[in-house]
Amino acid sequence: MLQYILRRLFTLIITLVGIMVVTFFISLVVPLDPLASIAGPQAPQETVERLRTLYGFDQPIYIQFGRYMQRLLHADLGTSFQTGRPVLDDIIQYFPATIELATISLIISIIVGIPLGILSAVHRNSVIDHFSRVLSLIGVSMPVFWLGLVLLLIFYFKLGWFPEPGRLDIMLIEPERITGLLLIDSLIALDFEVFWDALKHIVLPASVLGLYGLAGIARIVRSSMLDVLSQEYIKTARIKGLNEFLVLTRHALRNALVPAVTVIGLTYGGLLEGSVLTETIFSWPGLGRYLASAFLTLDLNAVVGGTMLVALMFSLVNLMVDLIYAFLNPQITLTAS
Amino acid sequence: MNITTVIDKSEARRRRWEARRRYLKESYILWRRNRLMVVGTSIIVFLLLVAAIAPLLATHDPYEQILPDRLLAPSPDHYFGTDSLGRDIYSRVVYGSRVTLTIACLVAAISAPLGLVIGVFSGYIGGAIDEILMRLSDVFLAFPKLILAIAFAAALGPGVENAIVAISVANWPSYARLARAETLSVRNNDYIQVIRSMGASKLRIMVGHITPMCLSSIIVRLSLDMGTIILTAAGLGFLGLGAQPPVPEWGLMVSDGRQFLVDQWWVSTLPGIAILIVVMGFNLMGDGIRDILDPHQRQS
Repeated sequence: MLQYILRRLFTLIITLVGIMVVTFFISLVVPLDPLASIAGPQAPQETVERLRTLYGFDQPIYIQFGRYMQRLLHADLGTSFQTGRPVLDDIIQYFPATIELATISLIISIIVGIPLGILSAVHRNSVIDHFSRVLSLIGVSMPVFWLGLVLLLIFYFKLGWFPEPGRLDIMLIEPERITGLLLIDSLIALDFEVFWDALKHIVLPASVLGLYGLAGIARIVRSSMLDVLSQEYIKTARIKGLNEFLVLTRHALRNALVPAVTVIGLTYGGLLEGSVLTETIFSWPGLGRYLASAFLTLDLNAVVGGTMLVALMFSLVNLMVDLIYAFLNPQITLTAS
Repeated sequence: MNITTVIDKSEARRRRWEARRRYLKESYILWRRNRLMVVGTSIIVFLLLVAAIAPLLATHDPYEQILPDRLLAPSPDHYFGTDSLGRDIYSRVVYGSRVTLTIACLVAAISAPLGLVIGVFSGYIGGAIDEILMRLSDVFLAFPKLILAIAFAAALGPGVENAIVAISVANWPSYARLARAETLSVRNNDYIQVIRSMGASKLRIMVGHITPMCLSSIIVRLSLDMGTIILTAAGLGFLGLGAQPPVPEWGLMVSDGRQFLVDQWWVSTLPGIAILIVVMGFNLMGDGIRDILDPHQRQS
């Protein structure tokens, strides 16, 4: 097991170096001169030249790459052209909002997706099975940005059940920042008004992402549950007179959830990615929206820093999924080593 | 069967032909039996038809702006209403099918063969080349696909062509992985050994004898991916990093209508429904194709 973890960590490091190279490459192929956009169109030639030396754009590529790697190793992501602040500070400010949104979405998709998958496996070809399959199909086929707009139209503009886009009502004051997760910070500060308001704000965007997530989870739980239910040991459990509920929960579900773990992990990565579109629609002050606007304005340092962080998160989640999976299913480590 | 039996060429050809016909017939029966797949295929055939005869179906010029007619509600004159520049949304949705199909087909035509070639090569040659190519694909897989596509689209500059390149760049590694896995599973089979001992070159073995074995899994994977490709393209358009105005791309149209969402809901929502239906069609068809090409399913 330890050997397996070490090997996975080693490949992660190689991947990280690769990620840095790819993001550097992305920053190279940008056709637009970022200096022109910083200096403004009317800037005299010498100002542009001075900026070019300042940012080191006049150096050969390998020196630029060396400097870039050196900066990264010192956790220096440079300054955002757009906000004028260090990219790292921006990321620290925006990232918790994305984590909060993705986590709540994942919780929604798990607590709806797993029971739905179990029910449709147990009552195969029943109404609930068909319902869950249609829901899954819609979940994977729906453009998240469109669903977001439709939900906003219905539940905010027409019915008024949920508040305007954003993370918190503008009249409310954010509690002291401890974790950056508004729901938790407000509880720590015992500010229930803020907690309730933040909860109402997160429901719509989290449902949009949650629907996307639950589709995959319900699907995999259903199919692995069907697999498990046809096994001999389930028959044995039934024959010995165990009640059906215990057969399902204690015997079947445990094994059926092992493949679901992988999908849940991948879903979390998918939610990070879906947050770019969802946050843009719901004016959610998270990393996704920050990235989207950085891409649009070609804010290079922000693009590189943000993309790298997302890739890092994504790789870490994948690593964790693999480790949990290896822990749940010892066959993996045995065959690997 | 007795190995020494000599079958003359025309007999062999006849049998091969018969086997192929039987395969197609069984596929057709499987297709008919799967009602969801029939629905999915119908949607895609419908999409192809709409794209092919778009000029006949469209009631207006999709690019013509008639400002006095801006933001009209759906009516017999304008089935889906008009947008903020007075363009007929129905005609734009009809023409948009061409944009969507072009993007999806070109991404498929670029990324699947690229992944296939890299995967087969990497799997068959092995050694250091394999290691390098697979670490490279690891790096690409370390990014969420949409983020990587967005990053490349932003770097290359917006536009349909660049969006196609960006999505292909994000997509090829999964096909390479799949093709490599298939290659590894067949490369040491007896029949490959026989061909090798007969003196076939590496290239010949890879192209003629290994690639065909990878095709069915690549096709299945690709057909399951088509929906995602379209969603990614629409997402790029929506963010302003894909197709640019005035191209009638569906994601871009949804984005255009955002500011009129409250009073003119049709501007944004109707093009979105088009995306939903087409993606659903591809997903249903992909599931069906997987079942048809799956040998286990065939035996039953």
